[in-house]
Amino acid sequence: MVTVEKLSKSFGSHLVLDEVSLNVEEAENLVVFGRSGTGKSVLLKCMIRLMEPNKGSVKIFGKEVLHLKMDELNELRQQMGFLFQGAALYDSMSVRGNLEFPLIRHSNLTPKERELKIKDVLEKVSLEEAIDKMPADLSGGMKKRIGLARSIITEPKLMLYDEPTTGLDPITTKEISKLILDLQKELKMTSIIVTHDILCARIIADRAVVLEEGKIQYSGDIGELTSSRDPFLKNFFSDEIIKGNGRN
Amino acid sequence: MKSQSLHRKIYKSFEKKSGNFFETIGGLTEFTILFFKNVFKPPYEIEQIRKHMDVLGIQTFPIVSLTGFIIGLVITMQTQPVLVRFGAEAFLPGSVGISIVRELGPVITALIFAGRVSSGIGAELGSMRVTEQIDAMEVGAVNPFKYLVVTRIFACTFILPILTVYVIFIALFGAYVAVILVQNMNFDYFTGAVIKSVELGDAIPGIAKTFGFGFIVGLVGTYKGYTATNGTEGVGKASTTAVVVSSILILIFDMILVKITLWLWPTI
Repeated sequence: MVTVEKLSKSFGSHLVLDEVSLNVEEAENLVVFGRSGTGKSVLLKCMIRLMEPNKGSVKIFGKEVLHLKMDELNELRQQMGFLFQGAALYDSMSVRGNLEFPLIRHSNLTPKERELKIKDVLEKVSLEEAIDKMPADLSGGMKKRIGLARSIITEPKLMLYDEPTTGLDPITTKEISKLILDLQKELKMTSIIVTHDILCARIIADRAVVLEEGKIQYSGDIGELTSSRDPFLKNFFSDEIIKGNGRN
Repeated sequence: MKSQSLHRKIYKSFEKKSGNFFETIGGLTEFTILFFKNVFKPPYEIEQIRKHMDVLGIQTFPIVSLTGFIIGLVITMQTQPVLVRFGAEAFLPGSVGISIVRELGPVITALIFAGRVSSGIGAELGSMRVTEQIDAMEVGAVNPFKYLVVTRIFACTFILPILTVYVIFIALFGAYVAVILVQNMNFDYFTGAVIKSVELGDAIPGIAKTFGFGFIVGLVGTYKGYTATNGTEGVGKASTTAVVVSSILILIFDMILVKITLWLWPTI
């Protein structure tokens, strides 16, 4: 469903992504691990063309994303969702406005149907009471939930998550991660999750890759990676494992 | 050695500032081209334009009312003694009217508008940029340039002339208040004298140039905000530089237009 081949991106002389290749199957949850500043978010942004890579190929639903014209790209983007690190809710709109915005743009639903859809998606993220609140009145966890609700309201086939649990306490992290997993199962979405949170990854991941020095250095089952004897992986996961306690 | 180091510092500072200047000019040119490429393409975002015109009009209404009234009052109080010295106080309403309609009304309104609106737009879009709201719009398959930039520039371009006409009337009212304070003149005589002195050739170029001023305010504000970087510091910088750049461009544009107007119609 998603194929990235030899994707490179540099900022000036600093090479962030060095011929990264990866493959994601339909309805699979792939977690991309990596230390801060290793280019995980850059990888996601290059995939959806928020950033232009220097070279390489990104195929989503069989289409070469990097060669698409803006109209074609926007058509493709309508089948994708993106949850930003800070949720990126529109400050000037209420929760209702945030959720209604993509529906007004990309669907032919009547106002009544839109209202039902908004209530339905808010129920999924357990925030029905927040419908008339402004983003400034929401906590970090609530913002993430509403951001998630906005991303899935158009029922995308592919979801990209940029650090979905950063800045959240362990309990909220677990709640958000379970929510992501439940929604993925219910909507049968393919997901790519960029994170360095092992708890989140243990709950969500079908498979994980580790990005280091601009390349995918390790790939496999999350259990394999966390129990690996490789010095780097051992060091990377050692602190995180203390916090995480698995899918349950 | 010290002097060499100082020279180097001055040179570096000049190099940086001139680099920023050319970067801004290049960016504004690119933004102008993008604006005209996008403005005629559907969807036309009429609802957004109407909303921005409402907000911008309401935001600036009190401050331009006050400024217009004071400008009319002060310019009349300053001009009256000079005209008395030459025995020409009868020309007071006409000369003040021409000054307000031709130059003071449009330019003062534009500068106030720039201070209030350009900084607001710069801060708003800058904040949207650094919190990834603009990126969110883009990945949501919405053209953020059209939705956020084109609508604001369009609203600024068309709300400023309306505000200017209003300010001209308020300033003339201020002028009348000053006239009755300093000399005995009835309202009918004052308005008659103003109407007789101010010709269409004074009013049309004065109002017409405010479309350009409005465009500049919208363009600079959106450019500075849309391209903001470096977090909250960048937002503050976007807001401040938007006011400075738009005010300078308004004055330069005005100077060029005055020259062109006098060249085309030397008799006015």
